[in-house]
Amino acid sequence: MVQAILNQPIQETRKTPLVQVSRVSKQFGKKRVLHEIDLEVAEHELVVVVGRSGCGKSTMLRLLAGLETATEGQIFVDGLGLRGANAVARLMFQNSALLPWKTVLGNVVLAAPRTSDAPAVAMEALSQVGLADRAKDWPAILSGGQQQRVALARALASQAGLLLLDEPLGALDALTRLEMQALIEKIWIKRRFSIVLVTHDVEEAVTLGDRVLVMDRGQFVLEKEILMARPRTRTSPELVELKEEILSRVMGS
Amino acid sequence: MKSAAINQILPWLLPLGLLAVWQSLSSAGILTGRILPSPVAVVLAGVHLTQTGELPLHLFESFRRAATGLLIGGSIGFLLGLLNGLSVLADRVLDSSVQMVRNIPHLAMIPLVILWFGIGEEAKLFLITIGVFFPIYINTVHGIRSIDPRLIEMGRSYGLSRLGLFLNVILPGALPSILVGLRYALGIMWLTLIVAETIACDNGIGYMTMNARDFLQTDVVLLGICLYALLGKAADMVTRLLERRLLSWNPAYNSIT
Repeated sequence: MVQAILNQPIQETRKTPLVQVSRVSKQFGKKRVLHEIDLEVAEHELVVVVGRSGCGKSTMLRLLAGLETATEGQIFVDGLGLRGANAVARLMFQNSALLPWKTVLGNVVLAAPRTSDAPAVAMEALSQVGLADRAKDWPAILSGGQQQRVALARALASQAGLLLLDEPLGALDALTRLEMQALIEKIWIKRRFSIVLVTHDVEEAVTLGDRVLVMDRGQFVLEKEILMARPRTRTSPELVELKEEILSRVMGS
Repeated sequence: MKSAAINQILPWLLPLGLLAVWQSLSSAGILTGRILPSPVAVVLAGVHLTQTGELPLHLFESFRRAATGLLIGGSIGFLLGLLNGLSVLADRVLDSSVQMVRNIPHLAMIPLVILWFGIGEEAKLFLITIGVFFPIYINTVHGIRSIDPRLIEMGRSYGLSRLGLFLNVILPGALPSILVGLRYALGIMWLTLIVAETIACDNGIGYMTMNARDFLQTDVVLLGICLYALLGKAADMVTRLLERRLLSWNPAYNSIT
């Protein structure tokens, strides 16, 4: 395990980290969910954390969002210790968590910076996810995939520097899922924010990640840097090989 | 289009049919006026009392009483419901006491209320206030409790202020339940009004019917009963309208007419 991490040289080219997690542990009662985690996320980096359910990956994301506080260790955002909700981060769940009593546009406006052009910012975000024409609809009449796109637009409208995605595509059908992956990648390349994506889908991880980390029982057990060009072809031998390697680590550990 | 029209007519078939049977029994002389006057006689009594100005006066007084009681009791119930729904501490301190008082039928307090307030206006308002308080209180608390915690978490993670969270997430989330409470409250409001106005009163529909009983005016008594039915139905329609307007986002309220 240590070997795997040491094999990855620290890249000199990487900028100052946007988020730095330093020896963070989290305990719920007697149960230790995270064990001395270290993680750095650079600006405009897409980090993917893979692991089986219950390994602690969602808890880590909630810590990054500031929705939970660490039992030990510290999280730094732009060099400052995180206290309370993380202002630069936006969390997106498997459930879109849209307010059913607000229109699609109303939901997105809620997240936009509170200035006079909030509606314009919101519309811009909606057109980026291709839903500008549904702005006046109630969320309840949209499909699951569309609702997740609205949730994505909401995260975009908030101008956040860090997107925390907690299996946002988990509940979608396979085709919608591929579409969403491509959409997220496209917008990410354009808007240059950072992403921490938590998933149990190894293929999704290797297709999207700059870096893939495998988490098991509250610790990172494998880290892989993926420098292939985008958009990546799922069937390329390199990617398939990588996928197999990570998958065996996820399953075997 | 055709089925929509039929759907509009369907709810009216039964009451209209009953009316027709009733009228024909009266016309045939099977039902005597002393026992049950015919529908036409009731309508005529209504027309007569409207012309003398009595009916509008009583209607207005009853409506004013009901609305005042609803406003006072509903506001207290709503505010206390908000307090207990939002604050765990307040709920610990207050809720069990409220639940205890709730189990006393409010009409059982009439003797006490008369001792306290006499037979004046305050006694009636007090009874209505107590009656409408509980359904609104309980449903407000329930509405706030049943909001999806993920939505509240989302609001927090998007940096909404406490007021923003309340206005955008908690209040609209609790609204369906609060409106259910309002509908219950309206039912209790009319019931309490009828009882309160028949105790001792010098105006209102209750007074009108009790007075008519003394003079054996069965048609006026029946008119009063019908008015209560109409007022109750009207109040129910207003809340349905409110529901459809305020809850248009909810697919469950779109299809119901």
